[in-house]
Amino acid sequence: MQSLKAEGVENIFGIPGGANLPTYDALVDAGFRHIQVRHEQGGGHAAEGYARASGKVGVAFATSGPGATNLVTAIADAMLDSTPTVFVTGQVRTELIGTDGFQEADILGATLPFVKHSFQVTDPRQIPEYVHEAFHVASTGRPGPVLLDIPQDLSRADIEYAPRTEPVELAGYKPKRSGNIKQVRIAAKALAGSRRPILYTGGGVVNANASEELRELAASDRFPVTSTLMGLGAFPASNENWLGMLGMHGTVTANWAMDGADLIVAIGARFDDRITGKLSEFAPNAKVVHIDIDPAEISKNVGAHIPIVGDAKLVLPELTREYRALQTDPSRLDAWWKQLREWQEQHPLRYDPGDGTEIKPQFMIEAMHRATGGEAIVTSDVGQHQMWAAQYYSFDEPRRWINSGGLGTMGFGLPAAVGAKVARPDETVVCLAGDGSLIMTCQELATCVTEQIPVKVFLMNNGYMGMVRQWQELFWDRRYSSVEMGASPDWVKLAEAFGATGMRCEVADELEGTMAKALEAEGPVLLDVRVAQEENCYPMIPPGSAARDMVEAPEGVS
Amino acid sequence: MEAGTPQVVKLEDLHVPGQLSGRKHILSILVENKPGVLARIAGLFSRRGFNIDTLAVGPTDDPSVSRITLTLDGAVHPIDQVTKQLHKLVNVLKIRDMEPEETVAREMAMFKVSAAVENRAEIIQFAEIFRAKIVDVARRTVTIEVTGSADKIEAFERMIRPHGLIEMVRTGEIAIARGGD
Repeated sequence: MQSLKAEGVENIFGIPGGANLPTYDALVDAGFRHIQVRHEQGGGHAAEGYARASGKVGVAFATSGPGATNLVTAIADAMLDSTPTVFVTGQVRTELIGTDGFQEADILGATLPFVKHSFQVTDPRQIPEYVHEAFHVASTGRPGPVLLDIPQDLSRADIEYAPRTEPVELAGYKPKRSGNIKQVRIAAKALAGSRRPILYTGGGVVNANASEELRELAASDRFPVTSTLMGLGAFPASNENWLGMLGMHGTVTANWAMDGADLIVAIGARFDDRITGKLSEFAPNAKVVHIDIDPAEISKNVGAHIPIVGDAKLVLPELTREYRALQTDPSRLDAWWKQLREWQEQHPLRYDPGDGTEIKPQFMIEAMHRATGGEAIVTSDVGQHQMWAAQYYSFDEPRRWINSGGLGTMGFGLPAAVGAKVARPDETVVCLAGDGSLIMTCQELATCVTEQIPVKVFLMNNGYMGMVRQWQELFWDRRYSSVEMGASPDWVKLAEAFGATGMRCEVADELEGTMAKALEAEGPVLLDVRVAQEENCYPMIPPGSAARDMVEAPEGVS
Repeated sequence: MEAGTPQVVKLEDLHVPGQLSGRKHILSILVENKPGVLARIAGLFSRRGFNIDTLAVGPTDDPSVSRITLTLDGAVHPIDQVTKQLHKLVNVLKIRDMEPEETVAREMAMFKVSAAVENRAEIIQFAEIFRAKIVDVARRTVTIEVTGSADKIEAFERMIRPHGLIEMVRTGEIAIARGGD
């Protein structure tokens, strides 16, 4: 407990059980806020939401066996989205390990493929050292999840805690922060030689807290900026250099700009398949500068002409300085901007507003933006609503958009909102939920009520697992298979049953007002918004296609 | 700016180095001698789809450090990506991609061959040519120990197979750099 405190931990999410009883006993007097979640997966996602909203390490506890295996989805999620988290699991007593004891699961073995690192304690005196090493590994370099598995008998041992005076040193782990200045100079000169450059940024910029540094670089010469789903907010959507998100449901302009660019500067992004589309036809004319703190990301999917390993927080200011020193002629970008503006004009994000009675999902996001002044922390589940939020919410600041990008975990939104609200209690936290997703983790409403965590759940309810339905419609001849949500709960009553406030809106005109009421109401609120059922999310790069073959919403249909 | 360097890099002059080397690589990996380290490495190879040809694990002069020597095909796998992924494992201390010209690589193999009295002499002669050792003789078999490069062991296998190879056991290659660096 003292080692956790020394790491600055204030909040812990978790559930007790047999194997972590000693830890929970120590919690009674430790002075942390412990948020008792209702399912370990929720605790894991809450720790992620906490980490993403605050930039600090999120911590979740679970007991052995099923408690630990329930954490697995959250651990994998934190791995794919590089979220700094420490998961502490109880384990059966040392002499029972390997005997299939009650509530025994080899959680260390089960999670090996998707932890940044993990420890199993074999001697109680290791505990403080491992805690400090876990926080060090989780929070430095490319952040990620670290698992600490403590057998029950070892967690109850009395050990001396000597405060750590030296920084953690691990022989096999020395992340490099500063970029090679020679490479940075070459990158600056390549930018100077480029006529169609684009900055392609990802979640790494948010993790590095390098939002300001990115804005400086973009401002140094009107560089157009696009971002992945994970990087939204690092560059303000209201800035004139912003092209919108790229990738499968990104804007036409952002995707065509990547396709037509002669130089892509990738910053904290990993050329994921949802970004590149058909890899062999990705950005055929572009040379690539790749800035990443993880050397293994460089040239993993797309070869980098100028690799720079380092922390964006340090590399970007150097790149800006080197570039400015070259005093290039900004007019060389005129033709490129003319082209980009033309694409923006001809291919904006658009949807058919309908006759105004039905609530269009895109309209719901716009209403949410107005009702929150665009300043809420928005967590989301996974599916169409997530993509529409990414397209239409227009994030201006980092750490306001918290979603499951890499793993695509349905049910992430509500528990992540719990964590985000605990991390930043003075901010409005809205969970934009899908009805297919929310039902997977809706038990955390009980956590919100009991722990007085006033998150606002705006449920985009279309009665379907909408993204799967969209794929079945477009790519599987509209043969709908297990995508209707059928007898969904009465969400208003469900919220009330949990002791939260339930509201419903079915009329477009009333939506913004109802949202405002939900935001003003005391305590947690679930607002069930009935939206058009079979709306499709456009534009879209069909799976396996190239970015230039993006499909837009059919005219007059949506 | 450095004097004499151009202000602008021409984009057409930029190239990505090739990913595949096309040859066999021997990676000599120093790891912390802790439980589960081999599982982490084996797991990484299987989930990234990298195929290990041979693998040898043993102690080093430092009891807290073990050495893993593995060989893999650089015609199939981007070695650079393999080593970068390995480096991400916290327990991996050092990786050396051994240069073929500057490396002594050895492997040991034992061959159990069916050897009736009439062809025993011939088998023993083969063994002598390959500087192999007879380590066990039974009524119907001889067991031969061969040490050398993987090529030599494979050559011996080809020679001995027609005589009735019963079983072959190989250690996988281990390697050390030549000279004193």
